[in-house]
Amino acid sequence: MNLPIYMDYQATTPVDPRVMELMTPWFSTKYGNPSSRSHPFGWEADQAVENARAQVAALIGADPREIVFTSGATESNNLAIQGIARFYKERGNHIITAVTEHKAVLDTCRYLESEEGFQVTWLPVDSKGRLDLAQLEAAITEQTILVSIMAANNEIGVIQPIREIGALCRRRNVFFHCDAAQGVGKIPMDVEEMNIDLLSISGHKIYGPKGIGALYVRRKPRVRLKPVLFGGGHERGMRSGTLPTPLLVGFGAACAIAKEEMVAENQRILALRQRMTHGLLNRLTHVEINGDLEHRLAGNLNISFAYVEGESMMMAIKDVAVSSGSACTSASLEPSYVLRALGVNEEMAHTSIRFGLGRFTTEEEVDFVIETVVQAVEKLRDMSPLWEMAQSGVDMQSVQWDAH
Amino acid sequence: MIYLDHNATTPVRPEVLAAMYPYFSQHMGNPSSVHAAGRASRKGLDEARRHVAHLLEVHYSQVIFTSGGTEANNLAIFGVAGKKNPNSHPGHVVYSAIEHPSVGQCCALLKERGLEVTCVGVDSLGRVNPLEVQAALRPETILVCVMQANNETGVIQPIKQIAMVCKEAGIPLLVDTVQSVGKIPVNFMELGASMISVSAHKIGGPKGVGALILDKHLALNPLHIGGGHERGRRSGTENVPGIVGFGHAAQLIQDELSVESARLLQLRIRLESTLKAFFPELIIFGEETSRLPNTTALGIPGLDGEAMVMNLDLAGFAVSAGSACSSGKLTPSHVLHAMGVTDELARSCIRISLGWNTTATDIDAVIEAIRQTIYRLRCLASPVALAV
Repeated sequence: MNLPIYMDYQATTPVDPRVMELMTPWFSTKYGNPSSRSHPFGWEADQAVENARAQVAALIGADPREIVFTSGATESNNLAIQGIARFYKERGNHIITAVTEHKAVLDTCRYLESEEGFQVTWLPVDSKGRLDLAQLEAAITEQTILVSIMAANNEIGVIQPIREIGALCRRRNVFFHCDAAQGVGKIPMDVEEMNIDLLSISGHKIYGPKGIGALYVRRKPRVRLKPVLFGGGHERGMRSGTLPTPLLVGFGAACAIAKEEMVAENQRILALRQRMTHGLLNRLTHVEINGDLEHRLAGNLNISFAYVEGESMMMAIKDVAVSSGSACTSASLEPSYVLRALGVNEEMAHTSIRFGLGRFTTEEEVDFVIETVVQAVEKLRDMSPLWEMAQSGVDMQSVQWDAH
Repeated sequence: MIYLDHNATTPVRPEVLAAMYPYFSQHMGNPSSVHAAGRASRKGLDEARRHVAHLLEVHYSQVIFTSGGTEANNLAIFGVAGKKNPNSHPGHVVYSAIEHPSVGQCCALLKERGLEVTCVGVDSLGRVNPLEVQAALRPETILVCVMQANNETGVIQPIKQIAMVCKEAGIPLLVDTVQSVGKIPVNFMELGASMISVSAHKIGGPKGVGALILDKHLALNPLHIGGGHERGRRSGTENVPGIVGFGHAAQLIQDELSVESARLLQLRIRLESTLKAFFPELIIFGEETSRLPNTTALGIPGLDGEAMVMNLDLAGFAVSAGSACSSGKLTPSHVLHAMGVTDELARSCIRISLGWNTTATDIDAVIEAIRQTIYRLRCLASPVALAV
């Protein structure tokens, strides 16, 4: 077993060696610009691009012509939300999203609200991180053009009722965008069955390379977008810029592997997560699992360890690469906005650790992490005066702290 | 097959690929993660940023990594145009007629958003006149866009003079340096630009990476929001292996540019002078002005450029009849059109662009192939000539 152990698969994943092997020739040997129409270097690159497009489409039950390649899920989310808002602004100015969405969705909606005159409804979630469908339905107005809800949350892995949301949006004639950066390749996603109009996918969350992603854009009934990037007219005019063939080949291969192996892989990862959950809960008290355990990605475990400060914990288990919040914000000391939205109090939010399990996680690693975490928590609690007070029966919530 | 279409894209240099390799599966952390895997990734990112900054002689904080040249140009133009204007006028933008579509189309689109635009033409050699730029400026002008070297002809623009004009008027200048970086020296300060755009895959780096270099005092409205990467100017998890490759390619150019530039120029002169000796009627677009050392745009009066390209393909040479973005379109090049070239002559154009893996042997071989192709196409066009 090699140290450190990587347990941050929701932040990013290593490129699968099988993907790497397929990508490699496209850098230095088959290097044509897929837009070059005048020679075989261009033709073979174009063929590789279309092959990748078909692989991505197959994973989500789409037609290849509905796939727009982007530089990643952040760009996909921006293109979907800005693109719909600006194209359909005459039809309405109201967007609905949820407070636990990724920053790429939240900040884009906030931008449209402050700069371009849109109104945004920020739906709350329950204490398990799930959305209330009745609340969503009640929020839809005559002015609503878009509902943007993620498939699975990046911090707590909670899966939203996508099928039901899709049906609701279709019934109410509102476009449904789903940020599935954490969902695709991990849980079955089918744009037809789920009535999804726009779907964001990321390459590097599914053992493909960084710098590549896709936006699914429905053709029937047709969904139209105002592009964000112009010039050259690539991707049917929806996203200009030379297509990075090697990254596309890698992304396509990653999707093909996911399609093939997802079911078996999920079972294996789920068993590992359960082993880890039981291992920790059997040996530690005052531990809370954040987020719904039933509707959850197999590879996510988000736990708060009371009386242990998150950052100290990360230092104490430095042989294990984990995150104490979303990777995008983990350099900040703000408690996770996702956990706060679940009603987790500030202290418990600060003590949370996200364990992300994935394709290369082994049982041996899980056992090592259990052992390391248990020892670290016990040691840190031994040093904590708060823990001592709690152990001696002081009700921490009732303590009146003096300001000095 | 000999590849002579380096202005469309270049093969990744093996050294660059070797530098990138560890960042796919080994140093694979998310650079925003604070653990060791994230820090290793962050280190590669920071080093690459320094290499790119060093090549262009700017501070590393001035480098915004993007997904490529197109995004860099979009970010520059919409980034400036999207800023709230202190005066009530929506603004005015000046751009040249020979810009890449990622600049030209963006500028044209600003009209839809209520801005006014002026498109400045070029002379018969493909050069923008700085005085014309000056004459186009207005009090409400917010941006000027002129590329440093054209992708189709390689013609180099008088950027320093244009920059002086812009500086005097206090107007930001975007210079698309996608084709010039790696082929001629590009120094941000010396150029006098406020922004320059760069693409990795044109300089022996990977596709999917580029950068916008920005004057320290210039603020931009971002295009991609959420996460606050690149100091809030471009959100999205960084393409670390790609950026590392970009940095390495920049470093190689830094070491080799003067030698490589001279080598390419020699090859290009050999190509052009030999062909002209065979065919005195041959036209080299922009011949009498300074051009990139690697680019030749040839006009062969009376012949069809597409047919030339197809025949050269069969003979084992990859060249292009125009830019990669517009190849496949039947409209003649907007660049040649702006130079006043007739549609007929423009249709005869082929572009040969050399690069790091081009050798003297390749040049001799392509000269021979072009010679034979021209003879053959001419015979097909007028079989009588054979009998004479």
